[in-house]
Amino acid sequence: MSTVSEEPEAVNGDKQVPGLWRRSTLVVRGSSGRHDRGGKWFLRLLAAGTIAVPILNQAVPASSVFHLSAFGLTLIGKYLCYAMLALAVDLIWGYCGILSLGHAAFFSLGGYAMGMYLMREIGPRGVYGDPVLPDFMVFLNYKKLPWFWYGFNHFPVALLMMILVPALLALVFGWFAFRSRVTGVYFSIITQALTYALMLAFFRNDMGFGGNNGFTDFKDILGFDLHSDGTHVVLLMITAIALGGSYLACRAIVESRAGRVVLAIRDAESRTRFLGYPVESFKLWLFVFSAIMAGVAGALYVPQIGIINPSEFAPINSIEVVIWVAVGGRGTLYGAILGALAVNYAKTYLTGAFPEVWLYALGALFVLVTVFLPHGIVGVVSKRGKEK
Amino acid sequence: MKRALPGGRWLILPLLALRAVTPVAAQSVDNSTFLATLGELREASYSDKEAIVERLSKTGHPSVRAVLTAFLDDRLYFRNSDQQVFVVKSADADPLTLVDPLSLKETGSAPADGLTKIGTNNGLRSVLRSTVARFALSSPEVSVRLDAVREMSKSLDDATAALLRQRLTAETDSSVKNEIATALALSALDGANPADRLGAVQTLSHSLSQDVRNRLALLLDKAPDGSFAEKDENVRRAATAAVGTIDGWRTFYSGIETLFFGLSLGSVLVLVAIGLAVTFGVMGVINMAHGELMMLGAYTTYVVQLVMPNHIGMSILVAIPAAFLVAGLTGVVMERTIIRLLYGRPLETLLATFGVSLILQQAVRSIFSANNRSVITPEWMSGSMRLNDALSITYNRLYIVVFTLIVFLLILLVMKRTRIGLDIRAVSQNRTMAKAMGIRTEWVDAATFGLGSGIAGVAGVALSQLTNVGPNLGQSYIIDSFMVVVFGGVGNLWGSLIGGMSMGAVSELLEPYAGAVLAKIFVLVGLILFIQRRPRGLFPQTGRAVDDK
Repeated sequence: MSTVSEEPEAVNGDKQVPGLWRRSTLVVRGSSGRHDRGGKWFLRLLAAGTIAVPILNQAVPASSVFHLSAFGLTLIGKYLCYAMLALAVDLIWGYCGILSLGHAAFFSLGGYAMGMYLMREIGPRGVYGDPVLPDFMVFLNYKKLPWFWYGFNHFPVALLMMILVPALLALVFGWFAFRSRVTGVYFSIITQALTYALMLAFFRNDMGFGGNNGFTDFKDILGFDLHSDGTHVVLLMITAIALGGSYLACRAIVESRAGRVVLAIRDAESRTRFLGYPVESFKLWLFVFSAIMAGVAGALYVPQIGIINPSEFAPINSIEVVIWVAVGGRGTLYGAILGALAVNYAKTYLTGAFPEVWLYALGALFVLVTVFLPHGIVGVVSKRGKEK
Repeated sequence: MKRALPGGRWLILPLLALRAVTPVAAQSVDNSTFLATLGELREASYSDKEAIVERLSKTGHPSVRAVLTAFLDDRLYFRNSDQQVFVVKSADADPLTLVDPLSLKETGSAPADGLTKIGTNNGLRSVLRSTVARFALSSPEVSVRLDAVREMSKSLDDATAALLRQRLTAETDSSVKNEIATALALSALDGANPADRLGAVQTLSHSLSQDVRNRLALLLDKAPDGSFAEKDENVRRAATAAVGTIDGWRTFYSGIETLFFGLSLGSVLVLVAIGLAVTFGVMGVINMAHGELMMLGAYTTYVVQLVMPNHIGMSILVAIPAAFLVAGLTGVVMERTIIRLLYGRPLETLLATFGVSLILQQAVRSIFSANNRSVITPEWMSGSMRLNDALSITYNRLYIVVFTLIVFLLILLVMKRTRIGLDIRAVSQNRTMAKAMGIRTEWVDAATFGLGSGIAGVAGVALSQLTNVGPNLGQSYIIDSFMVVVFGGVGNLWGSLIGGMSMGAVSELLEPYAGAVLAKIFVLVGLILFIQRRPRGLFPQTGRAVDDK
């Protein structure tokens, strides 16, 4: 929103004033990372959890109530990946005001890159026993490996791709979009179209990505059995470390001088541009970094869940991520993580216990949070703190 | 048509004569001869049956046609007890409903095992078909005559050709005349005289039928020994030219057909997007629940059909205002309770309306179940209009184009010619100034949102005729409708119309080469690139603000 077009309206006492006021409070909160109490608590809890999980799973006997089952392990791993995705969305939406409705695309692309490695890793142990071709290719009558599958049998190549593919897509897409000053809802709509187009593309059988079945039946990763709890514990710990690392990286970005410019872009894009900052480059690099984070989250998600298919690209997934961030509190990094964990726990619980209620609850959450809790759970908590 | 008239006028006498033959002769035939001939069918061999059919057709009895048609359809039986021949109403029923072959009136029923079917074979059936067709040729219905000519042209011998020639002189309808000329020309291709064949080829070059084209192409086939199927050089040259002409016209008409498909697909896009254009363009509000409002419209159609099951034809017409009201009221409620609180925050509106869409979806699932509901297509909307051999237009596609244009014009009228339209435009151009001029902007907001939502409901009625009516109906259209609005230029109804139509046309043009899914992907990617070039769409709203969101 430009101040140029809004200030007169603000004087006239139009409806947009509350929005402006809210935005200005976000500035203060966004830059208050120095006394990052919530963040410190989050890091402490994450560290404690990372230590507790292997003990609860491996050392505590299965008969004990404190034993963490393989299912619980997968669930926690999934939540942490989602938290990382939420962090990526919060970084660009909460701090830069870019609402991307296509972050599931980056998440899924990272996941697909990991999936391709895991498929090659199966080797001749597939149902059809082909030494090179994954099962679905034999099934779909492929004669040889498509060119873009080469190299994915080496883990470092796959690792590079998990980062490079989402980054490149974000770079190209963002470069075009930001250079043409596609902003606000227009950007949201075209990112949604992007992930929708990718979903349609990946659903096609002749794309070479397994069509609507995607990839599944993974055997092992780097030689470690994916069906053993031990591998899952290690994966979970890696995810936790990645999440912690992403959090620290995001905080470093937000608190840097560049972070201040990003905040300025969010609150008054035109004014920042007029002051001489290259707004487009700031937006672009933040967008690419966010896409990489989403891609890594997706890559960590796939081996733990054991499947990746095109429905991960579905536009609703991207929108759900946004609501996690909104529930937790946009513009605070730990808020995004808190929101992802809370909403997903609620989802797991409600879809299991009252499947009918889940969509009502999610819908109501969207409405209530946007209307009544613009700063999410974190906003409510910190307000209480101030009142004391 | 005009060319056919003079011939038709002075040949009206023979026509009357031909018409007169059947009924007048019928009076003189006594029923017993007819019955006796019919009775012979019971024991006859297949070749004898052909002769009997021939004799039957010559009796001129008024019920010959019905009886022979029944024979062709395997509905001619005799009763085992008294060897009497009957027509049955439907061969699948048991007991069979008997129809008297003389009077063609129902005479009770009998169990299926008390009757024996009089069998037919392929040869007999083809004789029956052309005999029945001969009778149909004198029918007063143009469509019956057309079908008869087509049927006869499949197995044309000298006798039937003569019959057709006779009919040609008497025929008044130009389409039947053309069909007969084509049939005769097709048979003339086998004639011995090259001049006749040449004439036939020239006649056929005016046809558009795929069968005719293939038949002509056969003339140009080379046998293994190097000789052509058609011996005469001139005829071959004419045939090459004729095949070229036919191909050219068929390509032309298939181009028109693709364009029409594109327009009808585009109409659907325009219809689903136009309500969005009103709310998004005028209020700057992203309504993610737009698809679900369409879904409500579709379900309204379903409910209306449940309420009036005996008037399906009318139900659509009742459903249109009903859907407008249901969706419009839902929209007004949404505006008053949620969107009102979020003005000036478009991204938040997007999220909140998305929440509403989830609630509406789940509500429909709770009320109507998650399964698709079937909405009946009224009879006047099914079927197709056959313009010629190469082009036929299905009615539901035609109606959707017309319906979209009507809806579009109505909205345009409301926006440009009514007080509320004036208010809406004023508020969209400068909210503060409009307020200063005494326009109740809050009221206008609610009305605009209600109007946009109501149009979504009306679009839902149309969608109920095209796709499955289920809780996910809205989701599948929401992205498309956003793309149309953004492509056309926000706040511009004409932009949405042109944007939607061209998107539909482009995806239909791409479809034969790329397949439906890939065509859609191409269109999406093309739009994403287009928006980079022109971030405000085809017809941007002009203003002086640095950036207005």
